[in-house]
Amino acid sequence: MTEALVFFMAHANTWAATALLCVGLWVIMVRGNLFKKVIGLNIFQTGVFLFYISMGYVRGGTAPIVVDDPDAVYSNPLPHVLILTAIVVSVATTSLALALIVRIRESYGTTEEDDVIAADEP
Amino acid sequence: MMTALPASWLPLIAIAVPLLCVPLILFARRFPDVRETITLGGASLLIVIVALLAWTLTLGPVVPLEVSGPIANLPLTLSVEPLGMIFALVASFLWLVTTIYAVGYMRGHHEKNQTRFYVFFAIAIAATMGIAFAGDLMTLFIFYEVLTLSTFPLVTHAGTDEARRAGRLYLGILMGSSIGLFLVAIVVTYTVAGTLEFQHGGILAGKVEPALAGLLLALYVFGIGKVAVMPLHRWLPAAMVAPTPVSALLHAVAVVKAGAFSVLKIATFIFGFDLLGSLTATGLLQAVAAFTVIAASLVALTKDNLKARLAYSTISQLSYIVLAALIADPAAFLGGGLHIATHAFGKITLFFCAGAILVAAHKTDISQLDGMGRVMPFTFGAFLIGSLSLIGLPPFGGLWSKWLLIEGALDTQQWILVAVFATSTLLNIAYLLPIPFRAFFRPLPEGASSRLHEAPMACLVAIAITSAGCVVLFFAPDPLIDLLARALTRQGSP
Amino acid sequence: MNLLAHLPALQIVVPLVGAPICALLFNPRLAQPFAVLVSLVTFAISIALLNQVLAEGEVVYRMGGWEPPWGIVYVVDPLNALLLCLVSGMAAIVMPAVRLGIGSETTERSRRLFLTLALLALTGMLGIVITGDAFNLYVFLEISSLSSYALIATGTDRRAAAAAFNYLVQGTVGATFILIGIGLLYMMTGTLNMADLGERVVDLRHTAPIQAALAFILVGAAVKAALFPAHAWMPNAYTYAPSMVSAFFGATATKVGAYIMIRFIFTVFGAEWVFGDMMVGWVLVPLGIAAAFAGSLVAIWQTDLKRMLAYSSVAQVGYISAAIGLGNKDGLIAAIVHVFNHGLMKGALFMVMACVILRMGRADISSFRGLGRRMPVTMGCFVVAGLSMIGVPLTVGFVSKWYLILGAVEAGMWPVAVLVVMSSLLAVVYIWRVVEVAYFAPPPDTARVREAPALLLVPTLLLTVLCVAFGVATDTTVGVASYAVSFLMGEP
Repeated sequence: MTEALVFFMAHANTWAATALLCVGLWVIMVRGNLFKKVIGLNIFQTGVFLFYISMGYVRGGTAPIVVDDPDAVYSNPLPHVLILTAIVVSVATTSLALALIVRIRESYGTTEEDDVIAADEP
Repeated sequence: MMTALPASWLPLIAIAVPLLCVPLILFARRFPDVRETITLGGASLLIVIVALLAWTLTLGPVVPLEVSGPIANLPLTLSVEPLGMIFALVASFLWLVTTIYAVGYMRGHHEKNQTRFYVFFAIAIAATMGIAFAGDLMTLFIFYEVLTLSTFPLVTHAGTDEARRAGRLYLGILMGSSIGLFLVAIVVTYTVAGTLEFQHGGILAGKVEPALAGLLLALYVFGIGKVAVMPLHRWLPAAMVAPTPVSALLHAVAVVKAGAFSVLKIATFIFGFDLLGSLTATGLLQAVAAFTVIAASLVALTKDNLKARLAYSTISQLSYIVLAALIADPAAFLGGGLHIATHAFGKITLFFCAGAILVAAHKTDISQLDGMGRVMPFTFGAFLIGSLSLIGLPPFGGLWSKWLLIEGALDTQQWILVAVFATSTLLNIAYLLPIPFRAFFRPLPEGASSRLHEAPMACLVAIAITSAGCVVLFFAPDPLIDLLARALTRQGSP
Repeated sequence: MNLLAHLPALQIVVPLVGAPICALLFNPRLAQPFAVLVSLVTFAISIALLNQVLAEGEVVYRMGGWEPPWGIVYVVDPLNALLLCLVSGMAAIVMPAVRLGIGSETTERSRRLFLTLALLALTGMLGIVITGDAFNLYVFLEISSLSSYALIATGTDRRAAAAAFNYLVQGTVGATFILIGIGLLYMMTGTLNMADLGERVVDLRHTAPIQAALAFILVGAAVKAALFPAHAWMPNAYTYAPSMVSAFFGATATKVGAYIMIRFIFTVFGAEWVFGDMMVGWVLVPLGIAAAFAGSLVAIWQTDLKRMLAYSSVAQVGYISAAIGLGNKDGLIAAIVHVFNHGLMKGALFMVMACVILRMGRADISSFRGLGRRMPVTMGCFVVAGLSMIGVPLTVGFVSKWYLILGAVEAGMWPVAVLVVMSSLLAVVYIWRVVEVAYFAPPPDTARVREAPALLLVPTLLLTVLCVAFGVATDTTVGVASYAVSFLMGEP
């Protein structure tokens, strides 16, 4: 029992990230409302971000800002930087997706995927 | 390329001449007489070049011309060897004759889109020259495909629904077989042999196990759809919807002969007699070809439409050459090569006559031809000559090719094939001779005028030339036979 | 300052800076010529880089002078160089025609923004191809993806927005998969530089994260490349996008996805392991063949011809993937050559669609009736490009097909060779259907239809001529591809 718990907690970040990934993907695939798909996409991407950032943590490390202490151990700043870029990308993607939803709403009058598909049926 | 003799360039020039006619023909499209003159001039020039090349070949081997091709490590070669020479001579000569015929026919029949016709005709002849002079399988395949594509507009010339359907069948079978079977065979040959060049004794000997060789042989025989081995023969009768000059040249000479030529060349210079003789697949494919010979003849008997009957006759005769290739014997090779020439002249005469009958008398079926010999004596006389040549009776050239084919079958002790040839000859008589006999010996139907009303003059001239060719080939086959025999020697072969 | 030494950077900087300038130009009418100028300069840079690579070998450029693996490097090897030329070449050819291609539906102001997006998409794709850093690849991937979502949404059909939305969702999932893969790689090796990854991964191949990374990256790349069954976004996206956009992306975007696959398999993970222990070939080849059949079969039944071409592209990507999956030299040559050749063929075909849409209003099979007489040059281009799709000799399609069949036979996979050939025969059906209708069927109405305008016709003709030119004189494409393969496979 304890080994299982240890195993789980040792990789807690991975489990959390995986859970978010799965939730996000599920929402994208199953939910028909376009807004919800975007939300699902965001959850999915957030899972990835968390995974990356948590990867950078060094046990006993401090924030990666240079201090005068020569023995300081820093967490890895690189994943933070990478994820900043990825967050920006995610924001851009979300805004584009929302703009597209506005357009779809204007053309079809609905934001439900099923209705959009049905509207185009001959 | 600087070191190649001038004669090496002649094959390239032979391909270029018809192609150069194309822009000239397009330029002259509003002036029919100029346009026809260009074609006639181009055809004459081509004959001169090909004849020159033949003469050069008699003096000694010609160095092949190499150009780099689309595939690295596989240069395109144009080489001059006897079998290809025969094919080129026949095709170029008959291009001129057919153009003469076409002038009469197309104008007499008031055909539309004549410019398009002459343009694609020229391209098809250029492709035929390319096939004749191909020194390796890649070159052959490229020109083979060009031939298929350039003859498509010719086959579908009429633009009717029937023509469209015929075109679909044509393209479907020919492209399907060439991409699906022929190309695969070529790739495998390349992987096994490391080269695609035609060589004396073949390039596969010793490099391939019998099972694979047999498979390759089958891929080639069925992949070369133009030779119309059953069951890939359906395109030929369908293509009869084309105007007669198209049927005449392309389906009696260029397209189908390109197929037969390819099979003969591949059998002799890729596989080699020894390898062929040792494969069980050879026997199986001989059976397929033999079946085609007999079956097509039988179908021909049932056809009342003249062109359809001639089409099935062609299918049957083509398998003669396939058999010649598969018998894998020098005499059979000579017979096959000679048959390319004799059948060409004989069949084209028959097709010319069929076209003449269509233009002058507007009749397409054999049952309508009773007594027409009085109306068109010259045409039916020529039809008789063509029939006799095809049957293989003296004094017509077809005798020699059949003789050599049977000799080849006897040499290899394949009695069944001898029987097949003999039976087929009888069937030839059965489906060909009744036509001129009905024309001459049956009375005309009531109310029909017996006034002389022959085909246009240009057509008659062409018919005369090809009939004369049948006779000439009887009396003087030796130059051709000697030339062909050289193909089998080490120096004479590619 | 030696300009030549900075060519790799300029390759990206020129279109990247050109994009906002294009958006901010005072006079909107200048946008079109400016965009054309930018794409021509970009193309010139690609040619120069190709020459450099052929002469000197791999070109490595350190961004900002930082040494790898700490800094980002741009690495131009023969494979990249060829693709750079393809992408920027397609942009240069298509860009001049944009005004006509989308002119009727847009104002000058919005056209300026359209061109900006196009330049951004160009930047993104060039960046994917040229970079030697894994995360940098992701960034450029997203740049090109976002701009392509937006470009597709500019189509006038109302379904364009929905198509773009679907593409956005699926594409982002795919790109995020690639991000996950890169993250796993970084976690295990501590580096993002591709060459460095290639060295460090060797000892770690037995670990789960590395194997998972391979899987994630291949799946993500498959989505971008529209490899069956991850192709679902493509037919709608290319059908409802403006034809110019389809022409450009149809020739480049999916190829870049295939490039990502090749790059990661060969440079990062190592081919022997990927095709050996991981048996990726056994996934790529069956999927590729399935794609070839599925795509070609569905294409036959389409009446909307842009959709037909899109499904045909699904099939072609299948060929490319199968070729990669064969794992041998000729297979890889086939893949690289087909990436280039298909770009030319599909570009030409989509440009034909653009011409027809301009004149006829729609590009479905009924608008092609009798087109052989009304628009002879355009139809002529269709026939030639179509013959190239079928794989007739003397066209580029034949060259790709030859190497693909050769690769399959050499790998001992006879069934694959047979299946490739059979699916090409399906191409005969859907191409010839259009040819028949154009030349045999009478026109649907008696309106006078003129040939396409020169501005549209010239790019179409140019691409068609290239289809034949590169099919006859193959030294450049096949030569560079062979050189690239020997690079990728580590031969001297």
